[in-house]
Amino acid sequence: MVTESPETEQQLKFERGEPWWAKSLKWGLILLSITILFYAATVLAEAGHWLFVVITAFVAMGVLIVYATRRCVPFKYLYPGILLTLALQIWPIVYTVGMSFTNYGYGHLVSKEEAIQAIEASSVRQVEGSQRYGLAVAIPEGQDPATGEIVFLLTSPDGSINAGSLDGLEPVDPESVQTSERGRITEADGYTVLTGSQVNARSVELSEFAVPTESGGIKMIGLSEAFIGEATRVYDASSDTIQDKVTGQVFVVKDARFVPRDGVGSGLPQGWVENVGFDNYTRALTDPQLRTGFVNVIVWNFVFAFLSVITTFLLGMFLALLLNDPRLKGKAVYRSLLILPYALPGYITALVWGSMYNRDFGLINELFHLNINWLGDGTLAKIAILITNLWLGFPYMFIVCTGALQAIPSDVREAAAIDGASAFRTVRSIIMPLLLVAVGPLLIASFAFNFNNFGLIFLLTGGGPFEGGQSMIGSTDLLITMAYRLAIGGTTPNFGFAGAISVFIFIIVAVISYLGFRQTSALEDVN
Amino acid sequence: MTDFQPSAMLQAETKIGSGHQSKGGLLRSQYNTGVWWRHLLALLALAFALFPIVFIVSSAFNNAGTLSTSGLLPSAPGVRNFEKLFNDPIRPFWTWMRNSILICGLGSIFTVLLGAAAAYAFSRLRWQGRRVGLLAILLIQMFPAILGFAAIYLTFAKVGELFPGVGLNTLGGLILVYLGGAMGANIWLLKGYFDTVPKELDEAAKVDGASHARIFFTLTLRLVAPILATVGMLAFVGLWGEFLLASIFLTNVDSQTLAVGLWQTRNADQDRLFGQFVAGALIASVPVVLLYLALQRQLIGGLTQGSVK
Repeated sequence: MVTESPETEQQLKFERGEPWWAKSLKWGLILLSITILFYAATVLAEAGHWLFVVITAFVAMGVLIVYATRRCVPFKYLYPGILLTLALQIWPIVYTVGMSFTNYGYGHLVSKEEAIQAIEASSVRQVEGSQRYGLAVAIPEGQDPATGEIVFLLTSPDGSINAGSLDGLEPVDPESVQTSERGRITEADGYTVLTGSQVNARSVELSEFAVPTESGGIKMIGLSEAFIGEATRVYDASSDTIQDKVTGQVFVVKDARFVPRDGVGSGLPQGWVENVGFDNYTRALTDPQLRTGFVNVIVWNFVFAFLSVITTFLLGMFLALLLNDPRLKGKAVYRSLLILPYALPGYITALVWGSMYNRDFGLINELFHLNINWLGDGTLAKIAILITNLWLGFPYMFIVCTGALQAIPSDVREAAAIDGASAFRTVRSIIMPLLLVAVGPLLIASFAFNFNNFGLIFLLTGGGPFEGGQSMIGSTDLLITMAYRLAIGGTTPNFGFAGAISVFIFIIVAVISYLGFRQTSALEDVN
Repeated sequence: MTDFQPSAMLQAETKIGSGHQSKGGLLRSQYNTGVWWRHLLALLALAFALFPIVFIVSSAFNNAGTLSTSGLLPSAPGVRNFEKLFNDPIRPFWTWMRNSILICGLGSIFTVLLGAAAAYAFSRLRWQGRRVGLLAILLIQMFPAILGFAAIYLTFAKVGELFPGVGLNTLGGLILVYLGGAMGANIWLLKGYFDTVPKELDEAAKVDGASHARIFFTLTLRLVAPILATVGMLAFVGLWGEFLLASIFLTNVDSQTLAVGLWQTRNADQDRLFGQFVAGALIASVPVVLLYLALQRQLIGGLTQGSVK
């Protein structure tokens, strides 16, 4: 592959030492990364994330040790890759596993202290003579108006300005804000002031929102005013309860929330994150609502991956055998055209096939004069998915098998022919085993890929149809699409449960990969 | 393929290829029967492979522009779908195209750099922990980043509050996520190729006084250029079609990639916007399809080796 051409010989004549520009580039890059890391550390320190400040310092020290000295040569090539792997491969795995042992999710997003604070603040009622503020609702600059962290910009009667968030009040320099003629804040450095319609869009959230103060909180009243009031619900640390001073109701802790002690009425919406041990894992297998659905998902997940591999392999191998004839003209054209389905971006395939299966306007019903609700029935949707994946995947198997077939020495076949083996026998007993040895590891890799083929299922059926009143588990759901719906897809995310499903997948993938690697001897190759 | 074609093989394929064909008399007449039946079956396979693609092309050039009027032949040929696509104020196609090109371009360049650097360390340098390092990379590769999607989403939601430049809805953040697996993704493919470059070249350069960095940048990288091109294209094609992480990350219409934007276009109205969607899909497919056709051998070879090794 590599020949020693005269050109290569020339490259070997090196001058001693580094050229000046290489040296300055190197030190420039070191300086740049230290500067960026220093900036990151100051931002983190300001926000009070001291652990991350320390980590940043270690990263910066690593840069200096690895790049500013002549030692650690291998690490000069690995350091950025290792950092990225640690931050974006290892950390998400650790985080996911950690999350799977908690109840992290809708209504359980904050710590207990923050939950209590929020409960107290949202129970604030106006009392006689309570102070009023001018109010502008804002979010920190750069955040999305629909989801950004709410900040109250409050103008006191004496003209001083404060920014109130869930963390409390913070004074704002009056010079940094612009006010309208009527004294309303219209712009402020570092914040985006929300418009009337943006505020209205978040009115439910705002009605619960309060800036915590010592004896209560500051709440919004109307669009441009806020009042400071007293909390009617107060936490008592000694008994770990919350008491409502107006109704006298007492709330006790249950399942990381406060619920009425007498069992009458509903619990308070503000819950907190709590360790729940293996609850998420046992829930999947014991909860009567989930159990059947979950087992079905696992079974279908395996069936889908298995049938996808088998069907694509069989069709691909068949076509490879078919076109593997030296007398056949136009092989190159056939091959180029047969590869097209594989070349198309996967999301386009899934979306277009999804439209082709449409009952009323879809191409498939139209072509074959059918009126089948392909994606509306569990079994048909599964068939539709397998057909689509066959279309998507057979070109790959075709190309791979073609390569493997061409590598099988012809004397093997000759020997079989001389021994009088029948045609079918030759393929079954000679060609197939040799082919399987060559492509076996690829079949396992393909299985592992299809096991988590999120894009195809999500874009084609969305996991649906949802039959028998199920809203959480669809007929064509894979574990990963189910985890997606639990974590991000719906309005009430349950990150803990989604994390547990991801861990299930981790384990299954690890077993498959282990079997795959035992096949390939890749592990012994490392030298 | 050798020029010798044993008749048994022919028979075997016949038998497999069309079970109903009689075995008797084949040996005698094989030259006369020729290969027409192979063409016939291949054409059937082509029909299966191509009809959705014909559907895409003809729907894209169908002026009626709805799913109900789309078929294998355009009912009213024209380019109105493309006009609608380019002039839709709430679905900025060219912005998506730019985002996709930026993400895939930068993503694949960095993937190549990180991969090549790692392969150099594992292939050319000898150091303690090399074997353990390689095995660790292999192990980590078993767990695709998409399994940690919820963790990534939550992490970047927090990161974005402090560093808006790499939070959710930023191209920088998404590129970072994609680079998480870049070092290991193609390590076997790259290392295998690096190993084929004779070590003597390095040693000669070293004797001449070249530093390791100089050898890497001026000698090794040039010699392994073909595999770098292959890895770069694999990364580009892979990122071009990536959907899950992009859809979680990019919720603002102006920061979306083609994958997310086109998905939302079709979902907004399955029937009415179908023409516009499919026109966009056609444009989005052209670059990667051309790449595949031009480089089928390297790409498929790369895929094969990457997973086997």
